[in-house]
Amino acid sequence: MDFNASDAVPAIPGPRTEERLPQTAQAAVKIVIVGGFGVGKTTMVGSVSEIRPLTTEETMTQAGIGIDDNYGSETKTATTVAMDFGRISITEKLVLYLFGTPGQERFWFLWNRLFEGALGAVVLVDTRRLDVSFDVMGRLEERGVPFIVAVNSFPDAPRHPVEELRGALDLAPEIPIVECDVRRRASSRDTLLTLMHFLHSLARSGALT
Amino acid sequence: MTPRRKRRLPQEAPSPPPLAPDAGEEAEAGSPERLYAVTGLHDGGRAQLDLVTLIVARSAPPPSGTPEQAAVLRLCSAPLSVAELSAYLDLPFSAMTALITELIGADLVQARAPIVRQALPDRTLLEAVMHGLQRL
Ligand SMILES: Nc1nc2c(ncn2[C@@H]2O[C@H](COP(=O)(O)OP(=O)(O)OP(=O)(O)O)[C@@H](O)[C@H]2O)c(=O)[nH]1
Ligand SMILES: [Mg+2]
Repeated sequence: MDFNASDAVPAIPGPRTEERLPQTAQAAVKIVIVGGFGVGKTTMVGSVSEIRPLTTEETMTQAGIGIDDNYGSETKTATTVAMDFGRISITEKLVLYLFGTPGQERFWFLWNRLFEGALGAVVLVDTRRLDVSFDVMGRLEERGVPFIVAVNSFPDAPRHPVEELRGALDLAPEIPIVECDVRRRASSRDTLLTLMHFLHSLARSGALT
Repeated sequence: MTPRRKRRLPQEAPSPPPLAPDAGEEAEAGSPERLYAVTGLHDGGRAQLDLVTLIVARSAPPPSGTPEQAAVLRLCSAPLSVAELSAYLDLPFSAMTALITELIGADLVQARAPIVRQALPDRTLLEAVMHGLQRL
């Protein structure tokens, strides 16, 4: 199909020619990359994506419902929650999307369906501030979304034996913990592969719910 | 490595939107504050569209259409996800799904549903993703 795009139309941003998916693209799957503030989510999405990373947003209002408000007098402030994402073509028919989602727990209900439909998640942690990724891990556990943990190796971050990390993060023995340099494509790809192998082993053992 | 986490258990049913833990900081005591999506995420028609539903145009923009509709139809001459459309058109996700829902209703676009995580995961699908990643 080719609907001749008129040149008279003002240019709107869109995919570059080499970024267009083939007509055969039938379905997409998604993986989420989560973690606290500044752990490297955006960098990881960018290092493996075949398109320039993009940002989608959702807007919320924060409404103050005062006890003695008059009708229509409640104050509202808009909050925008942004999410970076990238894309990897898997086959002619199948496309993988990667979403780097914000770490603030109070916003996640906006993206509940993103978490639930995702094949799985990579939780990025920074060993200097392990606790910034705690909330998101708990959230994934509550929702039954399988995840692995990737330690983004910042140069000045302390190194810990994996089993010590496993203890601090209270992770079951089967959950993979890997090191990753999210700036490097090969390292990010290997991290995603570790997640896929983990999901595959869960599927084999029938443990996925 | 001082901070220690405590793992959480799967919840039976998805919980309702949590109250913002610190939402009350600007509100007066006793006046609860709530966060909710502007356009409502629970609207029946929109609930079917996912961030990665692929949208494909079925026809050229009709002369009667709005400029926004025409923009979507031009972008979707090749399949494009709702998330990409939202990014290129600079529209919030919920506004984007509203616009696409109109276009689906008018039979101007086709939606190709994503494959979501299932109780019985498709191992062939997982293997396909692995092979795709290995080629990267
Ligand atoms: N040295 C080093 N720097 C890194 C690495 N990964 C990310 N950075 C830098 O750390 C900063 C934060 O990375 P981002 O990818 O923006 O992190 P983010 O998780 O998306 O951050 P927020 O969206 O703000 O929560 C950036 O300046 C990156 O360049 C790494 O592996 N090593
Ligand atoms: Mg970021």
